[in-house]
Amino acid sequence: MSRVRVLVGTRKGAFVLTADGTRESWDVSGPHFAGWEIYHVKGSPVAPQRLFASQSSGWFGQLIQRSDDGGRTWAPVDNKFVYDGVPGTHQWYDGKPHPWEFKRVWHLEPSLTNPDVVYAGVEDAAMFRTTDGGASWQEMPGLRGHGSGAHWSPGAGGMCLHTILIDPSRPDRMFIAISAAGAFRTTDGGTSWQPINRGLRSQHIPDPTAEVGHCVHRIAMHRSRPNVLFMQKHWDVMRSDDGGDSWREVSGNLPTDFGFVIDVHAHEPETIYVVPIKSDSEHFPIDGKLQVYRSRSGGETWEALTKGLPQRDCYVNVLRDAMAVDSLESCGIYFGTTGGQVYVSPDAGDRWLPIVSNLPPVLSVEVQTLS
Amino acid sequence: MIRVVLPYHLRTLARVGEEVQLDVPGVVTQRSVLDVLERAYPMLRGTIREHDTQQRRPFLRFFACEEDLSHESPDAPLPAAVAAGTEPLLVVGAIAGG
Repeated sequence: MSRVRVLVGTRKGAFVLTADGTRESWDVSGPHFAGWEIYHVKGSPVAPQRLFASQSSGWFGQLIQRSDDGGRTWAPVDNKFVYDGVPGTHQWYDGKPHPWEFKRVWHLEPSLTNPDVVYAGVEDAAMFRTTDGGASWQEMPGLRGHGSGAHWSPGAGGMCLHTILIDPSRPDRMFIAISAAGAFRTTDGGTSWQPINRGLRSQHIPDPTAEVGHCVHRIAMHRSRPNVLFMQKHWDVMRSDDGGDSWREVSGNLPTDFGFVIDVHAHEPETIYVVPIKSDSEHFPIDGKLQVYRSRSGGETWEALTKGLPQRDCYVNVLRDAMAVDSLESCGIYFGTTGGQVYVSPDAGDRWLPIVSNLPPVLSVEVQTLS
Repeated sequence: MIRVVLPYHLRTLARVGEEVQLDVPGVVTQRSVLDVLERAYPMLRGTIREHDTQQRRPFLRFFACEEDLSHESPDAPLPAAVAAGTEPLLVVGAIAGG
């Protein structure tokens, strides 16, 4: 019988949640790396027992941990993230040039084909890669060097590269997103990049339709249709049908189109999920009601999913890397909150069950479907 | 032997007890002690000193013999009692945060 393994990164450690395919009874392992911030944990699609975790601390800096037994044991691998060449400057909050400074790894994206290859999205925004299972990391300098880097500026959470999507049909094509620079695409394995932000409109920047400068919170794709991308921007839910060449808004009837997460159903490429958050001033659900919204039409119309979720006095947030989907026949949807809850819906969002309720604030959620 | 006391999180990372003992050849300085420490425990690289500059991370301090040595030159000799192994070099995490 298939099983699922949910990898949860929190402000105070990592947790591994496992269940059989019914997803009703859960085993909770952790905290791993207790007391450390775990921004992201993710497993290799081709070697599912191999996991990578981004472990960091304001005191002790960045570590990367690797497990080869599904999270039972871990060992640190290389943690040296040094920018290629002279780092140069980007734009600071006050508009002045500010030196590029490595702060932490936000996101780890293992290769779809090679268990020794992993991409790392870091703050200050850059992309690194290991080709030896984490024994060393090298920057892919074409991204910062493509020309607009000097004009990138941080969002409220820092200038982070937080999303990396690999095209399953063309692994040399990748999409990434940076807050607050926007989305970028490579078609040559990361050697060169181009911004893909046409159609985005952001009122909080001097030129609302600028080539770069947009606060993209998350992008998602269905592996069967890599030309269709969905985006939760700071405000606005967006869609591209041409691999990012252009975007159009699909916020439809959402009660607010501010939010962080967005994800796609494992078997229905037009079914997408967001968690509307009241505003960028009030990072919690409207009226204290935690609601996932689902669109079965690629964003034209949306329905609220509330069964099993708190519908009063709930003032948590759901951060950008904290939603995932499994690939069981009845697609499971998962998300974690800043209040320490991790919810699962074993039926594509119709009803929700808490797996755990009192973890530290959840930073990321990933799920592995294991046979 | 040179004695080094690490903060809790670095002890768990390196899987050592409260105190580490190191054989440090030559002049005993912050740099020579940390070089030996990081060779013995490679997972500590980058956690006490920055990888690229080798400067002390901002929220860490070096204490010994009831003195704060954090702002001393990394190549200055450590106190004789540290070099003799009668007193430890303390790597201390600053008290900050909530």
